Amino acid sequence: MTEIKENNVCQTGEWVTENRFRRSWAKLKRNKAALVGGVLILVYVLSAFFAPVLFPGNPSAPNLINSLETPTFKDPLGTDELGRSILGRIIYGSRISLLIAVGVVSVGIILGIPLGLVSGYYGGKIDFGIQRVTDTMLAFPGFLLALALVAVLGVGLKNTVISIGISMVPMYIRLVRGCVLSVREEDYVEAARAVGTRDVIILFRHILPNVMVPITVQTSLSMGMAILFAAGLGFLGIGVQPPTPEWGTMLGSARSYLFHAPHVATFPGIAIFLAVLSFNLLGDGLRDALDPRFKI
Amino acid sequence: MHNYLIKRLLSTIPVLIGISLLLFFMLRMLPGDPAQVLAGQMATPQEIENIRHQLGLDRPVYEQYAIYMSRLVRLDLGRSARTQNPVIDEIWARLPNTLLLAVVAITLACLFGIPAGILSAVRPYSWIDYLVTISALFGMSMPVFWLGLMLVVLFAVILQWLPAGGTGSWQHVILPSVTLASFVVAFIARMTRSTMLETLSQDFTTTARSKGLTETVVILKHALKNALIPIITVVGLQFGFLLGGAVLTETVFAWPGLGRLLYDSISARDYPMIQGTILIFGLLYIFVNLVVDLIYAFVDPRIRYD
Amino acid sequence: MSAHTKPLLEIKDLHTRFHTLDGAVKAVDGIDFEVYPGETLGLVGESGCGKSVTALSILQLLPCPPAEIQGRIFFEGKNLLDLGKEEVRKIRGNDISMIFQEPMTSLNPVLRIGEQISEAAKIHKDMTRREAWRWAVEMLRMVQIPGPGSRSRQYPHKFSGGMRQRAMIAMALSCNPRLILADEPTTALDVTIQAQIMTLLQGLKDDFKTAIVLITHDLGVIAEMASRVVVMYAGKVVEEAPIKELFKDPRHPYTQGLLGSIPVIGRKERTGRRLQEIPGIVPGPLETPLGCRFHPRCHKVINRCCDQEPPMIQLAEHRRVSCWLEA
Repeated sequence: MTEIKENNVCQTGEWVTENRFRRSWAKLKRNKAALVGGVLILVYVLSAFFAPVLFPGNPSAPNLINSLETPTFKDPLGTDELGRSILGRIIYGSRISLLIAVGVVSVGIILGIPLGLVSGYYGGKIDFGIQRVTDTMLAFPGFLLALALVAVLGVGLKNTVISIGISMVPMYIRLVRGCVLSVREEDYVEAARAVGTRDVIILFRHILPNVMVPITVQTSLSMGMAILFAAGLGFLGIGVQPPTPEWGTMLGSARSYLFHAPHVATFPGIAIFLAVLSFNLLGDGLRDALDPRFKI
Repeated sequence: MHNYLIKRLLSTIPVLIGISLLLFFMLRMLPGDPAQVLAGQMATPQEIENIRHQLGLDRPVYEQYAIYMSRLVRLDLGRSARTQNPVIDEIWARLPNTLLLAVVAITLACLFGIPAGILSAVRPYSWIDYLVTISALFGMSMPVFWLGLMLVVLFAVILQWLPAGGTGSWQHVILPSVTLASFVVAFIARMTRSTMLETLSQDFTTTARSKGLTETVVILKHALKNALIPIITVVGLQFGFLLGGAVLTETVFAWPGLGRLLYDSISARDYPMIQGTILIFGLLYIFVNLVVDLIYAFVDPRIRYD
Repeated sequence: MSAHTKPLLEIKDLHTRFHTLDGAVKAVDGIDFEVYPGETLGLVGESGCGKSVTALSILQLLPCPPAEIQGRIFFEGKNLLDLGKEEVRKIRGNDISMIFQEPMTSLNPVLRIGEQISEAAKIHKDMTRREAWRWAVEMLRMVQIPGPGSRSRQYPHKFSGGMRQRAMIAMALSCNPRLILADEPTTALDVTIQAQIMTLLQGLKDDFKTAIVLITHDLGVIAEMASRVVVMYAGKVVEEAPIKELFKDPRHPYTQGLLGSIPVIGRKERTGRRLQEIPGIVPGPLETPLGCRFHPRCHKVINRCCDQEPPMIQLAEHRRVSCWLEA
């Protein structure tokens, strides 16, 4: 009599999760667009790290003799109105932009996840309160909210990060809450509750892992958005202040010279564009790899 | 449907109250004396005292809020600290310009975005799909103001076909609205594509095909009608992006709209104007989303006939 | 039906494959059977055996990348797989129509019921919109929906599950097809409603003289309606028999297991046997056993079963079995 082959798919919970990560990673690697995005981000990160090596000297030091020069061999992207190398400023600018991206998303996550978890899991008055506040914040388009916050807090790098970060919080809250609401109804959560597991454990062991998937996707997209917003604020002159080489601020200063030195405005913009594009590519790839069901 | 409408209208109320609170406290969170802030940097001590008394800033907080709300409801938003004109007048003068840009932009975005998304979903992984997907990705990643600058360089400087800024003729409308539309069209195309893909994989699409209907009918009559519901919602949300982008676009193209007003006010620290403009932007956005939800109720028979 | 009647539908050596990231999945791996005019053929098997895929392959409703259909499907003499898209479209809903399993999701939520029923008649029978709508109301009456006039103007969410399935049946019958593929038409319904729908279907079938391929895993439903049965397992046909013979004398161990696992009150007292089960579960699409696909779960397995696929053995007319024990 032949042996009955045991179905080996659902042995233990851990095994299934491990399998899922490996599958997702394989899927992500196959996605060429995501790969391009990832590589580009790596380029930015590396240039941020090795900025002093790639471009020795102070990128913000004015050198008026060379003002507004078109691209040459010495300054591959030309110089700006104060004679500074645009390439150098763009390289240093990647530090600023990455810092902003990470900072903004950190604010969003640190505030958004706990609030979303609590709001979704406990419901009731807490949920109502948090939701009304979120609604109010969402009554303003994201950029305007950040703008308003900047008007209150003031300009500069720190305030830019805080303002944009806070304007992203409602979206994280909504995302986490939505996820919690659907997971909360799953049988395994009810089972855990039925055997008396404490809420905190349930939140961390069962709900949080599920929440991580859409959060990861959204984080990549949010980083791109943060860079866009920061650049917008910089362009308007109320974000990162000169002489700090933030790409948007550079564009803002370049505006006066648009007609006779358009290259000053072109290159920082391309830097922004490629950075945001890479985060979007990665975010899309993550979404496809991790779970096509978790659509945002 | 009436239930839905009433619930929806009622839910705006807490948001309106929330906004008013937000703006109320925003002013008081600024460093310094609110009265001075409102009067502006040029004001004399006497004028500052006048403002303080007029707005009741020497009274307890809840009374202040009551006064604030009573004025808000009458749309009395105070006077600009810069020009001393009533805020509401300045806003009213510029609002139509912004609305014009916004409406043109959203129309362009839908006209190009929705068909692109449909084509993309119907022929997945074809060259059309790749073209649409990549263009959409590019459009979403481009800073609006940079695109505007580049378009100005290309069309106003190099080709000299279109004016670089200001208003006057329909030619002046083209560049700003196209710039504004670029982000939105990308989003709409992507949303349309993913919604259509989802709809086309649902059971009722197979049922429709099993009846022998032509593919065109299946796509346009069966699938699209379903997909329009979330698409309409997204269009409403995108209007918000437009309002946010308006600030940037109007600055680039020297367009005399609400966005530019906001920017000028922030630069000049004209707080009554900042407050007023942000309030109007918020109200606009809420209004548009309300309208979208109403349309949604009409289009989705599950809500209409309940 | 006699041996001289020509079959309405003849499936010969049908293979349906799905190309996935993990490899090619053979959902249907070489099956054949026939359907004669006016008869009800039961297509029985557990979930995952390929019966739904067979139906979808007949009407070519599978998206053809991932899916790949090979073989021959003769309908009234013509090979459907040779026809162009336009010709297939003309057959769908017209000569062959389909009833789906989930009435909740198989109807379009934003179109009125009358619209959905009249669509097929409009294009296949060249009716005007008004005529087609009137015909739709008539069909609703035939499936015993009260107040068909006003009901036809309603949207699906106003209908209960049973009513939606009736509407689906009306849709399928609207062009008087010669063959209906009924894919688990009652599985998603409550038991009492199931009985009603089956009775309705039986009555209508007699009125319209349609043949039905009744796909289900429910042997009770088969017993009620089918005249012949084809049993499928893991993408292959394992047994075919007229209904009475199948229940009286099942030859394939799988069929025996299926019948033995039907709970019958009083069986233990009468025969001393307890409820039988078939150990193990259906193999996943990528885990097809070597030799006879059923051998890991078979209680009569012999050595030969483990490495050689059994041939199809014809026992009588319309009676065959694929098992080494019968060789």
